[in-house]
Amino acid sequence: MEIINKLIDKSSLSALIERLNTSGKQVYAPVTKNGLCDFAKVESVQEIDFDSIATIQSAKSLVFPKVEKLLSYEKTYDDVIVKEVDLTKIPEVIAFAGRPCDAAGFIPLNAIFTSDSVDQIFKTRLDKLSIISISCKKADDFCFCTSVNGSPSNTSGSDILLTEISETTYYAEIITEKGKAILDAYADLFKDSAVVDKTPFVAKIDKQFSTEIINEKLKTLFESDIWDHQAMRCVGCGACAFVCPACGCFDIQDETKGKDGVRHRCWDSCGFKIFTMHTSGHNPREKQAQRWRQRIFHKFSYQPEQQQEFGCVGCGRCSRACPSDMNIAEHLKAIAVK
Amino acid sequence: MNMEKNTIYSPYKMKIEKITEEAPFVKTFRLKFINDEDAENFSFRTGQFGEYSIFGEGETTFCIASSPTRKGYIECTFRQAGRVTKALANLDEGDIIGFRGPYGNIFPIDEWKGKNLVFIAGGIALPPMRSVIWNCLDLRENFKDITIIYGARSVADLVYKNELKEWEGRSDVNIVTTVDPGGETPEWTGKIGFVPTVLSEIAPSSENTIAIVCGPPIMIKFTFPVLEKLGFTDENVYTTLENRMKCGFGKCGRCNVGKVFVCKDGPVFSLKQLKELPAEY
Repeated sequence: MEIINKLIDKSSLSALIERLNTSGKQVYAPVTKNGLCDFAKVESVQEIDFDSIATIQSAKSLVFPKVEKLLSYEKTYDDVIVKEVDLTKIPEVIAFAGRPCDAAGFIPLNAIFTSDSVDQIFKTRLDKLSIISISCKKADDFCFCTSVNGSPSNTSGSDILLTEISETTYYAEIITEKGKAILDAYADLFKDSAVVDKTPFVAKIDKQFSTEIINEKLKTLFESDIWDHQAMRCVGCGACAFVCPACGCFDIQDETKGKDGVRHRCWDSCGFKIFTMHTSGHNPREKQAQRWRQRIFHKFSYQPEQQQEFGCVGCGRCSRACPSDMNIAEHLKAIAVK
Repeated sequence: MNMEKNTIYSPYKMKIEKITEEAPFVKTFRLKFINDEDAENFSFRTGQFGEYSIFGEGETTFCIASSPTRKGYIECTFRQAGRVTKALANLDEGDIIGFRGPYGNIFPIDEWKGKNLVFIAGGIALPPMRSVIWNCLDLRENFKDITIIYGARSVADLVYKNELKEWEGRSDVNIVTTVDPGGETPEWTGKIGFVPTVLSEIAPSSENTIAIVCGPPIMIKFTFPVLEKLGFTDENVYTTLENRMKCGFGKCGRCNVGKVFVCKDGPVFSLKQLKELPAEY
């Protein structure tokens, strides 16, 4: 679809959020609570934190919740009744005021969950999600989207991208059919616009390396000692994977109470030793360095090769969350010049 | 429940029809679909695996140990080792478990037509090979000589003891069984020695022959060089890999070896394919 250019007044966002809520959609947006900003369900625009550079968790839990039911079961004396997930009960959700990197994260995530075999739960959630992002006016030292094919005003993954062009107005790019459906439903809130050059209105983020160079370098670096050096500080806590918008690895666990139980899917991390450990005790990725290597190879070598998508959007969340100050952009730069 | 499942995580319900004690802590379950429609629509090919589950304990990964030529049921053989396998071992005939599958690729037995086959297995790794052995024996006219070399730590640890006897009794199968030194009993009439050693003694010809190897890593490690010495090329040697798995279809992210997912791109690999992968398995 060709992008439709519109304007929307900041004062109209309040009506937009209210009317989206009234229509039965759940609106999630960055909300700051106790000094921590994360996506939360909102009913009015006042609740939203428009200033946060990045939420602590990415928006991925809207389509890939931290813990999610895959099925439930009830045990009887001589049988088991299995109840499948009712996909029709999955709600329509709006991801509002996330950043372009949040939106871009859904692309590699979608590739994981829908290529080869389709994960219907994920697909239904993503089908029912509309993404209205806001371009970044500011960035911090952890941001590196421009090094991984993104930008502070990148439209990929968003259905509508808003860019603040004055004290009172957002430039609204309507990118997809889902975005157009929102435009059509609330047409009175939007005004026509010419194409606007967004550059003066968004943050400047210098490109530090290119994904192509990383990808090329990795072809000869599997046995390099760089993994030992970089992973020496890693404590294997898995925080990087949990906050990452593109990490899709999961575990499956049963939880039973009495006769009833639920089979859950839970976030997991390649940084955990137990992730790959066999029952025998044998572990193909025994050392933390091997697990760090897996993380980088998966995102910058295996995913682009198998699914034509890099598994990193440059949001910098992993670096912000790391308790031992590992900085992925710095590590990638070191790989690029190795 | 029928084939029209809402999600790829929904298992078939299966009834344990028969339990066979194979060796200490090793059992075989024969499983039948509870729903007739599921039974009719289900098919698999040799080499594939599934996710078996006890509701409340979780899922565990085993190959399908029966041959696709034997219709109406599937079998799995497992050793009690972790939480789920211990819970499985406590079940009785008539109990119900979940099964998802079949997953993974296959042994390319169509390409092996007109060739000699040498199956080399160690310990609890005979089950994945049992499926392809029976598949080939049920299509016996398609293949030339069939040789089976099977070893275990001790006589008690040999699995499928009745089938080993049956294969010994067949004139169209050459079977050699062996146990590790010290694992023999006074009655033992088979060989005593490690599988790679026995393989080099028997020295099957590599001429027009496919070798299928399945066993613990240490056995595999010492078997490949013997095969190479015998003249087997990497394209003609197959094995099946195992890694920790959860989903079975390349999404949960843990079973990869390099860019290859064992669950989706394997578990069957030729030695040629294996040598192209990083040594991380």
